[in-house]
Order: sequence, then structure tokens, then C-alpha cells
Amino acid sequence: MRTAFLILALAPLAAFSQTIPAPVPENEVFKREDIGHALAAPTPEAGHTAASPANSPADDGQWVMPSKDYASTRFSSLKEITPENVKNLKPDFSFSLGVNKGQEAAPIVADNTMYVVTAYPNIVYALDLTKPGAPLKWSFAPKPAPASQGIACCDVVNRGGTVDNGKYIFNTLDGQTIAVDIKTGKALWRTQLGNINRGETMTMAPTVAQGRVFVGDSGGEMGVHGWVAALDENSGKLLWRGYNTGPDSQVLIGADFKPHYPDDQGKDLGVTSWPPQAWQIGGGAAWGWLTFDAELNSLYTGVGNPGPWNQTQRPGDNKWTAGIFSRDPASGSARWFYQYSPHDEHDYDGVNEQILLDMPFAGKMQKVLVHIDRNGYLYVIERTTGTVLSADPYGPVNTSRGIDLQTGRPIINEEKQTKLGETVRNICPTASGAKDWNPSSFSPQTQLIYIPHENMCMDWMDAEVNYIAGTPYVGALVHMKPGPGGNRGELTAWDPVQRRPVWAVKENFPIWSGTVVTAGDVVFYGTMDGWFKAVNARSGDLLWKYKVDSGVIGQPVSYRGPDGHQYIAVLSGVGGWSGAVVSGPVDPRDGSAALGMVNVMSDLPKYTTAGGTLYVFSLPH
Amino acid sequence: MSSRYPTNCLTKLIAGAAAALLAGCNGPPQSAAAPTEQGDVHGVIDSALDPGVDHSLVTDDPRVAAYLNNADAVNTGKHLFGQYNCSGCHSNGGGGMGPDLMDDVWIYGGRLEQIHQTLVQGRPNGMPSWGGKVPDVQLWQISAYVRSLSLPQTLAAQTDNTPSQTPAPVPSEVEQDAGWSPPPATTNDYTTTIKGVD
Repeated sequence: MRTAFLILALAPLAAFSQTIPAPVPENEVFKREDIGHALAAPTPEAGHTAASPANSPADDGQWVMPSKDYASTRFSSLKEITPENVKNLKPDFSFSLGVNKGQEAAPIVADNTMYVVTAYPNIVYALDLTKPGAPLKWSFAPKPAPASQGIACCDVVNRGGTVDNGKYIFNTLDGQTIAVDIKTGKALWRTQLGNINRGETMTMAPTVAQGRVFVGDSGGEMGVHGWVAALDENSGKLLWRGYNTGPDSQVLIGADFKPHYPDDQGKDLGVTSWPPQAWQIGGGAAWGWLTFDAELNSLYTGVGNPGPWNQTQRPGDNKWTAGIFSRDPASGSARWFYQYSPHDEHDYDGVNEQILLDMPFAGKMQKVLVHIDRNGYLYVIERTTGTVLSADPYGPVNTSRGIDLQTGRPIINEEKQTKLGETVRNICPTASGAKDWNPSSFSPQTQLIYIPHENMCMDWMDAEVNYIAGTPYVGALVHMKPGPGGNRGELTAWDPVQRRPVWAVKENFPIWSGTVVTAGDVVFYGTMDGWFKAVNARSGDLLWKYKVDSGVIGQPVSYRGPDGHQYIAVLSGVGGWSGAVVSGPVDPRDGSAALGMVNVMSDLPKYTTAGGTLYVFSLPH
Repeated sequence: MSSRYPTNCLTKLIAGAAAALLAGCNGPPQSAAAPTEQGDVHGVIDSALDPGVDHSLVTDDPRVAAYLNNADAVNTGKHLFGQYNCSGCHSNGGGGMGPDLMDDVWIYGGRLEQIHQTLVQGRPNGMPSWGGKVPDVQLWQISAYVRSLSLPQTLAAQTDNTPSQTPAPVPSEVEQDAGWSPPPATTNDYTTTIKGVD
């Protein structure tokens, strides 16, 4: 009897292990307590952590930009939905996007209308929330060049648009920024910024402030010369473009540039920290979150990985990749820079979100940005100077032994440095990071950050690669695997003051959706196998879940409907880098497919199919 | 209209070239021995729909023969597949930015001349056009490797989760099927005509 039970219990496990590699052993990664560092001990008594009113004004119940506010809190002050009643949450309406690719956008709500942009071909829908079933007001099809699909590294995603001054502003895969009149659904202007024959696409969500539209390119795997740009909001005219590699004149480094760390000080480091000419094809795209700081009148722009992935072809620090600039929003001129991963060897882009907070540190309130990097560290950075106050691992890390807070540099673990023609095993975190692009949220009530992230590692071998414009420039054979414990995803509630997790929820698949947290103390997120979940913001306890048509990798939002009730909206539609094995024409038998992601995701097709649907939920009323 | 191979009679009919119709559709290939070296593959069919006839036609490019049953071709093709960054999109056959190439789905046809034409011309959803940029012989070698990726022999040689490291030569018999016909065991009275060129 006992034997029979054992066999039954083990059978699914055996089938599983044929496809998904074994998790990396626990003793392969460093302990948080051993490698986390701070310039001072926690002083929570010095004040309450919150975003400033300039960056997080009083909530009007709308959701006009993906980050909710400039502080990027993704906090909704609505509290109709609570841990007690969320179990009654029901779908209010759904809407097929007509596109079965990875849907990473946040639904935008302004003036009782909801705006959604799909993955390629980047169709925009406007839905009238004042009428039953939210009928379509208009749709806009930008018709991006089909060939752009062939140079999008990680599915043909789009991370959303934003509404400002009567316009819905978004990017297209083939490198256009477009402003659509929200009344008529017609384009007011279109500006072509990216060149697909240079490998440039655009997938990020624009940030709009002060009459300027801030955007950046994708293509870190295509040898692009990465940039951020500002456009005039009314005309679409290019105001400035700052490159992320190259001479100071192109990077917009001038007299105002005062980086905190000595390694970032010097002339034309964007040239001299590369082999001759390599900066021209060195990547450094800006495909993630650009954060405007209304309080300090600054723009924080994360920079992507250097190219190619084969690090032996680009000795040097490869400035200004895998780091963050503070720029003058008016001119683009750089004020400071900090490099998370000098001479990145593992595809650790620095493009994840920045959350702007006022936080107690060293006995006083300080203006910080919290950045949760691909390299596995959660950074608290004093944002007037670019000084790292603390850096702690929040996921599996063995590529470095902590961040040296005197130099700002990671303390490199030589054992996990990549090699030409030789596979280095069990590198943590994996190429997509301990966390990828999908944004966290922050609640001023709990003073916690809700981090949707990954627990994955990898094997990596560098290989020689040629640069051919318009084709991939990678040069690495990668096979990903689960991190310690085997759960590939995790939702962590992090206390930035005490520098530690308060609770964590394990997920089978990496979490590729964003999170939203509400004043009702409920956190919403989605899973790649198609569950949309609500957990208690104080305990992490699962309160409610609903199975949608496809995996969720989008950004949930919370808004007040025309009827005064609270609504939760999210897009389903699995895809993105981690979901390409479902949304793309990818064969799970090749573990190296989709840049090595398939090795750790080959079972996803057993759990979900491609899709693309808007879901809106509310309590019965 | 100077189609070298007996391909689409309807096209010729529309073109009004009665002589070509007679010669091309009922006779042997015209000047089949003199294909141009680079890129001119006019007449290769990349759709299973062929208006005006009741079955799919196939073409017979004489350049293909040199790359069949040829181990050097697939091994050189494997090397070139990496050198020209094909692997950047198609990985080791499993795909990523571009489609996987190790299954039995051929969007634009899986005969060597069809694969070659796809490489030469590019395809609208993201496949670059390589004609005139890469020596034609290399495009044929890459075509042979691509065809080899889904051969049972190649797949069987896979020892870990990085397939396609030991590509099998492309046997002549697989050249008869573009990848659009039903599986061999299918009972269907019109499959017998698929191979036929009038």
C-alpha cells in the first residue's frame, strides 16, 4: 500500500525532471546577511517612508501612466476591496485584444475611458467605461513594419502608453513614438526614432512630463548604439537624444556631470572603456523605465546590457551600460551616473524601475530611489548625488560577493565569470535577472515594496560572434535552470529601511507580471500559468485567485469607475522572453532557444496557451 | 517571361506566352543547365496553393543535387549558420527571435530550393534578405543544414538539450516533399499527384 502511494506521488515528478533541469543547490549562492551592505545601520525612528506629494499627488482614482505616479509607487488609494471581501471579486467584463502575443502593457484609465495597447502590431483600443460592457470608442492601428518582428529579442511586446493633455502616447515595435488624440482616435503626430536595419525596436512605455515625452530604444542583443530621447509633446519634434555609449558629446556629458564614484569620472569614458569602435555597437539600450522626478527636476534613465554578450570581445568597464543616469529633463545633460554592473558578463541590464521615496537613513530623512536590479541587488540610492546607501540581495546571487560601497562596484566572484568556449555552470542570477522589467509597487501604509521576481540561474559559454547590422549580436550559449528550492518565481515584500524581506510567496513559474498594491492592503499580481491573484499586503496570505485565458505578464492597475466603485484591470496573454516558448514559434527540445530561456520553461506549454484579453474585476455592487 | 523550370502554367497563361505554355508545361525544363550563380531563383514555389491546378506543383532546381547526401554541405552549413548569426534568431534549431527549424512545419516550403529562396529573398515578418550579400554556394550549404535540423537522424544524434550539433546529410527522398503534404500513412486519393509535375 505504501509503495503504491509512493509511486503515484513520484510519477509526475519523474516526468517533470526530464524537461526541467535540477535546481541549483542552496550552497551555490551567498547568504543575504553575508553580502548585503549599507553605509549605516537602519534608523526607522527617523521617519515614515513615503513618496513626496510632488511625485505622488493625491489619488484621483484614475491610472494615467503605467507607474501610476512619477514616484512609480503603483499604489492605489482605493480601499473598497479589502482582505476580507476580495474573495467576492468577480469579472466585470473582458475584451479580446485580437493579438496572441505577450501582453505587458498596463491598462490606462483617464476621463472614464480605458486605453490599452497590444503587443505587435501595437493596436490601441479605447473603451467607454460609462456604458455597460465598456464598448469600443475607437481603435487605432499604427501598422508597424512587419520586419520589426524579426529583430525583437524577446517576443514582440509593448509595455504600454500614457495619457497626458488629451493624448495617448505610445511606441511601436518598428521604432515610432505616436501621439493619438484621445477624443478622435486619430494620430496627432508620429516620430520615427528607431531604425530596424540597425537592430532598433521600441517596446518601452514613454514617460511624459513638462510637455516632454521621454523614450528609449530596445536592441541590446542586436548591437545597437543605445539612447534615450525627449520629444516635444505637442509636435513630436526631437528635443534631444543622449546616447548611452560613445564620446561625452553624444552622451550629453558636460560641465554639470558630477558622478559620485571615481570610476565614473574622466573624459570620454564611453569610448575609452571599450576596445576601439566597440562602443558604436555596444548596446546600452534604454528599454525599461524612465523616471521623472518632479521634486528634483531630474530624469533617471536606466541603461541596458553591453553587447555582445560574449564579454571577451569587449574588455573594459563598457560605460555607460548596465547603470543609471540622472539627466536634466530639459537638455538631457547628465548630472550623475552609477554603474550597477561594470563590464557586465551576464546580461544584467540596468533598466528596471526606480521608485522615488523619502526614507529614513542614517538618522535622517533622505531622498532616495529604490532600484531592484537584474544583478540580484536591491539598491537604495541617494538620488541627488547618486550615492548608494545600501545594496542587498533579494534573490539568488553568486556572481558577486556584495557591493563595495566605497567604490560602488560589485565584488566579483571570479568563479562565475564567463569564459570563451568553456561552460561556466550554476551562475546566479540568470540572464533575465533575479528580476526583469516587470515593476514592483510600494505602499505608504505598509512601507513595503512588493517585488515580483525570478529565482533562476544558468550555464553560460561565450562564443565568438560577428557584427552584422540588423542581426543578433550575442555570442553566448546559455541554458537556464531553476534557482535553489526549485520554485522559479517569488513575490517578496521588502522593507527598504530594515533591508530585509518581510514575507515571500513562492511561485512555480517566474513572475513576469507587475504588482499593484491598494489602500485596502491587497496586492495583485498574475502568474505565467494564468492565475490572477490577490494576497494580503501584510502577510502574503493568498486571498483570491481567478483563472484567466492565458498566462499573465501584464501590469495590473486599480481605478475608480464612473459608478464610484473600485475596479482592478489586467491583461492576460503569456509571452515575453520567459513565455516565448508558448507565444513564439519555439521548439522546447532546444534548451538554448530564446537565449537559453527555453531550458527552464519547456514545461510552460503544458499549462497555458497564447492569448490576449483584458480582464476587469470588481466586487458585486 | 523566361521561367527556367516547369512551374506555374497559369502564370504563363496570364503572361500570354503560348509558346512557353506549351514548352514549359508539357516539355522538359528549358535551359535548366544554365542557372545564374547568384540569387536568381525565379519560379520556385513557396505556397502550397497553386491556382489553376488541383494539386501543389514542385520545381526541380538542378543546383540542389550537389547538396543532397552531402555531409560536407551540412557541416559547413552548420558553421556558417553561426558565422552569419542565423543562430542568434533560430538558436540551435529551436528558434527565439525567429521560428524554430527543427519541427515539421515549413511556412515557405522545406525543399532545398525553397529554403534557399527564403534565404535569398528574405521574408516579410522578419527574415532578412541575404541574396547578393553571401556567396550563393554558402546559402545552399546553410539551406542543407536547415533542412537537416528536423531529420530524424539529426534529432536522434542529440545527446543533450543543445540539438543540431551532428547534422545528418539531407537524403534525396526528403526533397520530394515541401512539408505541405499529409503524413505518409494518410489515406487520401490526391496525395499521389503531389509529386507530379505535368
